[in-house]
Amino acid sequence: MAGERGLRKFLWVILFLLPNLAGLLVFSIAPILASLVLTLFEWDLLTPPEFVGAGNLQRLLADRDFWAALGHTLYFIVGYIPLVMLLGLAVAIALNRRVRGVIVFRATTFFPVVSAWVAVALLWKWIFNPRFGPLNYLLSMIGLEGPAWLFDPHWAMPAIVLTSVWKDIGFVMIMFLAGLQAIPDEYYEAAALDGASDWRKFIHITLPLLGPTGFFVLAISLINSFQVFDQVWVMTGGGPAGATSVLVELIVKNAFSYSRMGYASMLSWALFILVFLVTMVQFRLQKRWVPDV
Amino acid sequence: MSRPDRASAGGVAKAGRDRTARVRGLIHRLAYYGILVATALVMTLPLLWMVSTSLKADQHVLTMPPQFFPRPLVIDSYARLLELFPIARMFCNSLFVATVTMLGQLLTSSMAAYAFARMRFRGSNGVFLFYLATLMIPFQVTITPLFILMRFFGWIDTYQGLILPGIFSAFGTFLMRQYFLSIPRELEEAAFMDGASHWTVYWRIVLPLARPALGTLAVFAFMQSWNAFLWPLFIVRHPEMMTLPVGLATLHGRWLTQWNLVMAGSVITVIPMIVVFILAQRHFVRGIVLSGLKG
Repeated sequence: MAGERGLRKFLWVILFLLPNLAGLLVFSIAPILASLVLTLFEWDLLTPPEFVGAGNLQRLLADRDFWAALGHTLYFIVGYIPLVMLLGLAVAIALNRRVRGVIVFRATTFFPVVSAWVAVALLWKWIFNPRFGPLNYLLSMIGLEGPAWLFDPHWAMPAIVLTSVWKDIGFVMIMFLAGLQAIPDEYYEAAALDGASDWRKFIHITLPLLGPTGFFVLAISLINSFQVFDQVWVMTGGGPAGATSVLVELIVKNAFSYSRMGYASMLSWALFILVFLVTMVQFRLQKRWVPDV
Repeated sequence: MSRPDRASAGGVAKAGRDRTARVRGLIHRLAYYGILVATALVMTLPLLWMVSTSLKADQHVLTMPPQFFPRPLVIDSYARLLELFPIARMFCNSLFVATVTMLGQLLTSSMAAYAFARMRFRGSNGVFLFYLATLMIPFQVTITPLFILMRFFGWIDTYQGLILPGIFSAFGTFLMRQYFLSIPRELEEAAFMDGASHWTVYWRIVLPLARPALGTLAVFAFMQSWNAFLWPLFIVRHPEMMTLPVGLATLHGRWLTQWNLVMAGSVITVIPMIVVFILAQRHFVRGIVLSGLKG
């Protein structure tokens, strides 16, 4: 009797779990493991795979393209993270008021977030067009001569950073807005009774209580920005002169253009290790910095 | 932050001081609205420029100074795009792929979540931890072997190749499980007393109660699939099988300086998502705040 009931229960579990679990095994877990094995091989998909052992790792460490792509990815992160977080926070504070029309402002900030990256990247490629784009025209109206942006190795990455900041401000804003709205009004009322200025209220109430949110936003944005790809692929393809080549773009080029499946897997594991390190640091620091909420 | 300045002025204010305070308040309010409007302009002008370019005739695209309001206003680029480029087909591909991905995620994620939230079975914690662990691995790690697997199945340039890898979501399962755990069990227990099966309880009781979570998962699954670029770029070669983002990139490669055509394609790609967003704002906001999920 108990055995039969156990079996029936087991069958129900299988029925509910299996579709998702089986799919996950085939389309995620197996590829993850295969990717690990592939790092030991070189395979162009035409000839049989060739075992190279640590060859791909040695190649990675000696690969100038890899270190350049890592450098460009970090350059992107260093430009993007502070800008998007500061501006996102500023917009969240500005929009955290019950005034007429504020809903509309929030919504418009969000349009770029839901738009496809490819469309946004094409739009900004057009805006940054040095001869006919509106941006350099606006700059010329105030007497500045705009650079060649995506055609200039020094200006291509800043242009990509600006585009990414524009697209993601709404995303950061929404998270900070939720954090701001979670702060109880009583704190501000008490501070007002003590005669605290707006600035002091911001420094002593808002900022500390936004800590957890800010930390969360930072971690998510970091992990996402290690994987920067769509905008780079569409706007510059890694150029000019390789100035914007980033990690995922290098993976795609190796898998696609050079048919180096093993080396592409090696690169993607390098990316994973970076993301993993960020996640670990996040876990650690979260315990120390963020007060219990 | 939202407290008006009147409070801080406080005390026994004389009429003169009162007036200065009022003027100051007015200036503050003007400055505040100025900042709001400036922000809104920065956020919307580029998108309006997209629309404006798409409505220009060829000879007015590359002009200096640029025209912000196209004269004449023409829809030639949309007509030409439909004629010269399989954009209608790509639109249907995107719609089909995103809809099936969304429905598949809703069904398989909520079923697995039901098992995790409502059935105690041996190893359930272990399997669930395993689910959480897969969330940490970026999609790029799987992409090369996944591509090889799809080639092996002969699924390059097919809908199953486009759709299946996106359906089985550890994240969706996680999201739904958390929501199921917050639903009280009394109704279910009563149903079990009446002899209902797990399937009946799942389909008739738990799912209807989980509508908010289903809505959130639905909009994000749809958006991610609609906007996806990397995987479709790998799996699709033939224009007839492309989704809009890959099609757009191809379009740009073919007509490099025809920005009116490229922007028309971009408008066609962006507008449906903006409409979905306006209709389902709440779900977007909740999804992001809960999980930091992004498109």
